[in-house]
Amino acid sequence: MLLNEFLLLGAALFCIGVYGVIARKNGVMVLMSIELILNSVNINLLAFSLRHGGDVTGQVFSLYVIAVAAAEVAVGLAVVLLIYRNRRSIALDEMSEMKG
Amino acid sequence: MLAVSYNIGQQVSFGILALMMLVAAVRVVTTKNVVHAALWLVIVLAGAAAQYIMLAAEFVAVTQVLVYIGAVMVLFLFGTMLTRSQIGKGADTDNKSRASAAIVALIMAGTLGYVLVNSFHAEQLPDVTPVSTERVADAIFGQYSLPFWALSIVLTAAAVGAIVLARRD
Amino acid sequence: MWFLEHSWLIPVVPAVGFFLIILFGKKMPMKGSEFGIASMLTSLVVAGGTAYEWIQRVDDGAGGESTSARFFGALGRAVVPRAEGTAEAKPFVEPFIKTWNWWQSGGTKFTIGMHIDGLSVTLLLVVAFISTLVQIYSLEYLRGDRRYTHFFAALTLFSAGMLTMVLAEGLVQFLLGWEIMGLCSFMLIGHWWEDGYNSRSALKAFFTVRTGDVGLLIGIAILYFQSGTFSIQGISGWALSGKSSHLVLLMASIALLVAIIGKSGQFPLHTWLPDAMAGPTPVSSLLHSSTMVVAGIFLGARLYPVFWEGFSIHNGGANPMAIIGGITIVIAALLAFVQVDIKKVLAYSTVSQLGYMLMGLGVGAWTPAVFHIFTHAFFKACLFLGAGSVAHSGSHHSFDMKKDMGGLRKKMPITFATFVISTMALAGVPFLAGFFSKDEIIASAGHNGYKTFMYIGLAGAFMTTAYMTRCVYLTFFGEARGAAAGIHHDVHADAHGPAMAHAAVGHDSHDAHADDGLQEDQGHAPAHTGHGDAHTDNGHGPHESPLLITVPLILLSIGAIFAGYLNAAPFHWEKFTEWVEPGAGKFFPELVAPETFSWIGALPSIVLVALGFVAALFVCKALYAEKRAPVYGLTQRSAPLRAGYTFLWNKYYLDDFYDKVIVAGLIGPIAKGAYWVHMNILDGFVDLVGKFFAAFGKWTYKYVDQGVIDASVNGAGRGASGAGGGLRFIQNGKIQQYAAILFGAAALGALALVIFVQA
Repeated sequence: MLLNEFLLLGAALFCIGVYGVIARKNGVMVLMSIELILNSVNINLLAFSLRHGGDVTGQVFSLYVIAVAAAEVAVGLAVVLLIYRNRRSIALDEMSEMKG
Repeated sequence: MLAVSYNIGQQVSFGILALMMLVAAVRVVTTKNVVHAALWLVIVLAGAAAQYIMLAAEFVAVTQVLVYIGAVMVLFLFGTMLTRSQIGKGADTDNKSRASAAIVALIMAGTLGYVLVNSFHAEQLPDVTPVSTERVADAIFGQYSLPFWALSIVLTAAAVGAIVLARRD
Repeated sequence: MWFLEHSWLIPVVPAVGFFLIILFGKKMPMKGSEFGIASMLTSLVVAGGTAYEWIQRVDDGAGGESTSARFFGALGRAVVPRAEGTAEAKPFVEPFIKTWNWWQSGGTKFTIGMHIDGLSVTLLLVVAFISTLVQIYSLEYLRGDRRYTHFFAALTLFSAGMLTMVLAEGLVQFLLGWEIMGLCSFMLIGHWWEDGYNSRSALKAFFTVRTGDVGLLIGIAILYFQSGTFSIQGISGWALSGKSSHLVLLMASIALLVAIIGKSGQFPLHTWLPDAMAGPTPVSSLLHSSTMVVAGIFLGARLYPVFWEGFSIHNGGANPMAIIGGITIVIAALLAFVQVDIKKVLAYSTVSQLGYMLMGLGVGAWTPAVFHIFTHAFFKACLFLGAGSVAHSGSHHSFDMKKDMGGLRKKMPITFATFVISTMALAGVPFLAGFFSKDEIIASAGHNGYKTFMYIGLAGAFMTTAYMTRCVYLTFFGEARGAAAGIHHDVHADAHGPAMAHAAVGHDSHDAHADDGLQEDQGHAPAHTGHGDAHTDNGHGPHESPLLITVPLILLSIGAIFAGYLNAAPFHWEKFTEWVEPGAGKFFPELVAPETFSWIGALPSIVLVALGFVAALFVCKALYAEKRAPVYGLTQRSAPLRAGYTFLWNKYYLDDFYDKVIVAGLIGPIAKGAYWVHMNILDGFVDLVGKFFAAFGKWTYKYVDQGVIDASVNGAGRGASGAGGGLRFIQNGKIQQYAAILFGAAALGALALVIFVQA
């Protein structure tokens, strides 16, 4: 197996995720795109872990990434829920309270 | 000979998985249906779990299945249901900046691809030697116990925060 | 030896009880309280058995060690009698230690286990006894409360935590129990969290104690990395072995002292304890007076060798421990004088008494300090429960001594009698519990070369008597006022009305919620129907509390009378010393030889107590009984007195200091800095661009012929607003466009790096 196969797969997933984060309007879908990004990071971590002869560090941190992602989804969905409750819509482009 | 054929099998399975994942990922960010997007995401995540096994990380793969496909997906589906907006086919799930998103993503893909190909050319990965879960556990609770502690605080804070945010009062 | 072997049951049974209450409590006929009381009774019995066997063991160890030696031979351990030392010195009685492997991380083993010696046996007994009584008391006091089951669950979990800590063999287990207690304290103070004041108090207590806990963590880390063990016995031996550097021990002592200060409400972190009185009265009685807050002192007593060496206690003079204790005695006693809430008087009194204990440890009076923990638990628990009894049956859930009490001694004879006995015990009236323990601390301070602290202790004794006399006078003597006179006013409205005007006093009537619970719980609860009748009586005027309340009071006041005789120096009954003090040498420092008691030595404190009583009585009479007396309203008329009063009333402005200086000082600049960046840099940039183009336009207008280049002037003007608008476009508030810019910039930046750096 080539190292690059995994890395390129990760890069592709990452870019697709970035596209989703920018282009999606629905808050839940944006969160899904973020999950894509996080998974691509994990593939990278594990690929490098194997490259260094099965170094556990990569595995440990990919586990940490999974845990953080779970926390992120929980908070993110709670935020989306709250936005929905306040505005009856989760279209992110309708929100511009932060307008400067 | 055996080693080569083994590698071919590996290559084929990787190719199939990768293709599946990429198609599913593209569908996640393009489909108009939120529930479909969630289901496509399941395929991506399952494919990622399979890739983890190929990368000799069984424990991570199992965790991926349990946490992501188990817990996170359920959370997503709940989120979709609770927000009730546009379950099923929604007319506009994308905003107006699709073009700029595509441009940014392409620039990124180009940069990353160029860098990766340039740096690692055709570097071979060593043969798969499964890493025992025991070693992972030792690393988590030994060398990396401080991030583990920090992480548990983050998780607690997230749980509390999520409850506070989502509570109705 | 069954009990010693099985003393792990003492914390485990309440822990199991906690889960039973949580899981099945609501379905039980008594709403889960039966589990709590049953588990506490079991713990009490096992603790009693353990104490008995420990005493036997001490007696064996002192006499001939034949039986115990055989026993320990069987266990693979050997009793090490102290070979060196003088003939009359106590032999060292090896603590009974058992450990199990808890978990292992890397090469480090974390053990859980039990370390039984005189100190832990004392605390086990006290905690189990007071917990049992408080739970019985709560049956009545909290009847009909909306979170009755959860209350008992938290109370039981607290006991489990405290007992775990007391029994701890290693510091990790110690920390576990310590934190469980902190959590329970938070839950119980905020029991009636619907009221913002209560939840604020709970948070305040939690965070203040947490500040101290950082010290505990640091201390444990220092000790572990220096001594290589978490075991208390190991650390004690290491500290005394002389192999450890003094600086390390000093650092560890300071870190642990911070933990003590936080947990035991010592100056300057004492501010949480009076606010903790927002919890239900049984909680104040159990957690915030007699047991949980002594955890800090217990830490000091447990790791005494570390402090002994770290602070060089044997040298005399002064050390941080004694100084903190001394300051606390005085400032807390002063604060107690200006409180109108009976529970806050008792709270400051607790702080002050804890100061005695800490000072006792600081001046080398280990045994008297531990003994003071023991006696103080009885009379302070009794005082709090008495205050609760007054509020429950006498003043209609108000704790305001000036508004709602007075003249209750005839109406509530049992409460009055027990309250007065405990007050006398607290003040140190001869032949009651407090006399023997407090005097011992004061005398030892003088004897061990800490003269200053002896005088502080004496001053404290004087003040204690005075403020407690004031408290008793206001509550039980004089004219009946407010609710005590049977005036049924809406306590709730009252609490939110005038009480808010002087916010420093805070809430006068937290326990009013028991009523709300009642109304809400009308629907269910068979327990409640019986109470409905009882409560209608309650509303209409003071009367004696029911048996469930008075029996614990009586038992505790008996303790307040007789507990002192375990270590009554005047009569040479020093059983407590014999049983509890571990004897010196191996794991415990050679304490300064205790002073022999003399009545002459005790005379000053007795006289001061009497003086305090007489003085306070006269002042009270003058202040509160006869309004025309010359001293009435003196604090309003005399400027210096008023200043002092205001200063005390505001609790030395410490809370303000924490809130306004430290918290605001940390948060304010950050917010201000962010705002400044926003205003001056971001806006400034936009402004600057605009200004630049505007200036450019003006310049063009002025110096270039306006007739000829009018168009360019217009262009410059458009450019100015265009640039401003263009930059504004970025700040459109749409996060996804921010994301696009972010990712795009990152990608372009990376690309630039690749192209230019690689080339």
